[in-house]
Amino acid sequence: MLGYYFDLALRSLRRNKVLTALMVLAIALGIGASMTTLTVLHVLSGDPLPGRSSTLYYAQVDPRDMNGYLPGKSQPMYQVSWIDGMNLLRAKRADRQALMTGGLVVVQRHNTMLDPFYEAARYTTGDFFPMFGVPLEYGHAWSASDDEAHARVAVISATLNGKLFGGTDSTGQTLRLSGAEFRIVGVLGNWHPNPQFYDLLRKSYDENEGVYVPLSSSQDVGMHHDGSVDCWGKGGTGINPDHASRCAWLQFWVQLDKPAEAAAYKTFLIHYSEQQKALGRFQRPPNVQLRDVMQWLDYNQVVPDDVRLQTWLAFGFLLVCLVNTVGLMLAKFMRRAGELGVRRALGASKRSLFAQLLVESGVVGLAGGIGGLLLALLGLWLVRRQPAEYAPLAHLDPAMLLATFLLALGASLLAGLLPAWRACQIAPALQLKSN
Amino acid sequence: MDILPILSTLRRHKLTAWLLALEIALTCAIVCNAVFLIGQRLQRMDVPSGIAEHELVQIQLGYIGDTPDAKAQTQNDVAALQQMPGVKQVGLDRYLPFSLDGSSNTGIKLDPQQQQNTLDAGQYLGQNLLPTLGVRLVAGRNFEPGEYVDFDTAVAALNNGDMKGLPQTMIITQAIAERLWPGQEALGKTLYTESGIPFRVIGVIAVLARQNNLQQGAQYSTYWPIRMTSADGASYFIRCAPQHRESVLKAAVAKLKQLNPNRVVLKARTYDHARRAFFANDRAMAGMLVGVIVALLIVTALGIVGLASFWVAQRRRMIGVRRALGATRGDILHYFQTENFLLATIGIALGMVLAYGINLFLMMHYELPRLPAIYFPVGAIALWSIGQLAVLGPALRAAAVPPVVATRSV
Repeated sequence: MLGYYFDLALRSLRRNKVLTALMVLAIALGIGASMTTLTVLHVLSGDPLPGRSSTLYYAQVDPRDMNGYLPGKSQPMYQVSWIDGMNLLRAKRADRQALMTGGLVVVQRHNTMLDPFYEAARYTTGDFFPMFGVPLEYGHAWSASDDEAHARVAVISATLNGKLFGGTDSTGQTLRLSGAEFRIVGVLGNWHPNPQFYDLLRKSYDENEGVYVPLSSSQDVGMHHDGSVDCWGKGGTGINPDHASRCAWLQFWVQLDKPAEAAAYKTFLIHYSEQQKALGRFQRPPNVQLRDVMQWLDYNQVVPDDVRLQTWLAFGFLLVCLVNTVGLMLAKFMRRAGELGVRRALGASKRSLFAQLLVESGVVGLAGGIGGLLLALLGLWLVRRQPAEYAPLAHLDPAMLLATFLLALGASLLAGLLPAWRACQIAPALQLKSN
Repeated sequence: MDILPILSTLRRHKLTAWLLALEIALTCAIVCNAVFLIGQRLQRMDVPSGIAEHELVQIQLGYIGDTPDAKAQTQNDVAALQQMPGVKQVGLDRYLPFSLDGSSNTGIKLDPQQQQNTLDAGQYLGQNLLPTLGVRLVAGRNFEPGEYVDFDTAVAALNNGDMKGLPQTMIITQAIAERLWPGQEALGKTLYTESGIPFRVIGVIAVLARQNNLQQGAQYSTYWPIRMTSADGASYFIRCAPQHRESVLKAAVAKLKQLNPNRVVLKARTYDHARRAFFANDRAMAGMLVGVIVALLIVTALGIVGLASFWVAQRRRMIGVRRALGATRGDILHYFQTENFLLATIGIALGMVLAYGINLFLMMHYELPRLPAIYFPVGAIALWSIGQLAVLGPALRAAAVPPVVATRSV
């Protein structure tokens, strides 16, 4: 029966090509626009470390004076100072912990014609790699004892390894980083957490740092800090923040495998703040935060307002397109009142008429879905040409592809529902009489 | 034109008529808000910077290895750049207005005991800024050479709490002066930074936009007499005639590399380029909104064409009868035009309410101001005209139906 209805639908749609084209176009435009924005939203609000993100927490404390303090409203400082970071790191109260910050290093390799160049770097303690599950293609990460020993070791990204060593195993080789010799101990595998949750101030969605070195060694060499620095009270800084200064410029991440540990860790942060207040370093009442990865992303509103706005706009557009299609379909079905009346008089039930009309709207939806998919691909291509940081990531994945078709089919069936129901209400006798 | 017969016809197509009105309402509501959003973006992109935008180029250098004497090196660089043909002024600063690279900000207070800052302002450091940027002083004077403090000295002084190493004077924008001392002379007054350090105001500049955080007061900027070197992360800014920018940029980069080859060029661009990059997202968003408006109006217009064509085809007999009974072509034409006008009016009335609702929603979630009343008539006129344009084709076809149709049976 369905095959017959399908055939009927095609005949009916062919009979009025302009109207059919209008309906298909309207659905395609609506679907195309909403799928484009939904894909961008989907890409931006994803979990950067699936399966791991709920055990990773970003810790914040508030070392500032009372200036500007609003009880209950003031958030703790965005980053931690060197002193607090080191204290928390040495306390070792979490399963794993990493203190890190961003930087820029000059990369030089011996015996090559390559000009020295600047490369984004991460200065971090060794737990960074096991904590975030960073895959290594060659070699290994550095250990806690390397951190302690201020070892001149480095891990480089696959991209940098390709640029310097043609992608071969470069462990054991040395590089000059900001004027000092470092031995490469590891090369990253394919690792592109998106967004780059561990340092959101980098504002980069697709490019990882090229160089990773122990935080302690980076400070010995005087490597350039690159990132936000917030000073409080009479604190100030140049490019490389002084360790004793009242400035926060490091990120502190902890891994806590069980939820109970998270509660305990938060208590520890409060105790730490009280202790620092007793010592006279902190002045505010304890003001701490411990957010897991997704909470941290949410707090930082990593999905830009513009993208949310565009999604609302696209769905508004889809709604207009649907109302448009409902109107056109209603007109089309009502025009065929005579034909439908004959079918009813010949014994077709309301249900089978309803099914026939829904098949017709489904065909329109399917065609609209295919058109919408093409338009979404075009839309995503346009998005990729936009200046936004997230633009290069806007690609359709299989899940969104399926969602496109379900949305198109669902939307057009929904649009067909009302006209089909209305057309089934026609009294057959009246239609037969009129002609 | 008699409206009653039209209304009674529409009552027989209640569902279709309401759907059309609903479509017009939704389109009207979205178009009103989208036009408003475009206006907001254009307004944001139009903020004056107060500097000679088309006459500036920027060069930022990074050092390889040690920087033994950054101060002497910077002085050499500036002296050499100033000698170059076409160069009018050379200055140093970390950031300029509308910067994507970062910003430096400070809290300002009227009283050091205040717990909350009076305002938050952008901070400009560096030397020879005013002549290089072309910023206009409206009162007071520029800094004298003796007032400048070296950047590293100032940072050290701040960390030691030694006030003598810090500058004592500051230049502020008119916007700050009016906010702090409304209706009074700002020159000679003292203001305090967030941490209570006093500064005497010695000059007021007309306009200078801050680097970013524009929503906290786009024109709240301060200028401090702190000398920077290129090793502190400052860029060289060169002022020259607009048509010489590209050649000056190229020659200056070559010159700087020749003076000390042990450094890398991190940035070399015109200021126009930097400003365009800062507002690129706003421009893209405004463009997208224009696209959505056009697409919406086209879809709505096509929907009207489709429905009107359908109605014309359905009423061929009725039209023929009316023509046979003496109605002119004009009467038929007007009939369909009036019908569309009525539906559009209902839709627009609904759309206004909806537009207001959407605006309230946006205000709650996106820090937008209230939709000004001027946007309502704009949306109404847009939809009335679209409706009339769309219905014209089918209405003309209806008017062309000959009276003889009435006598034919199907």
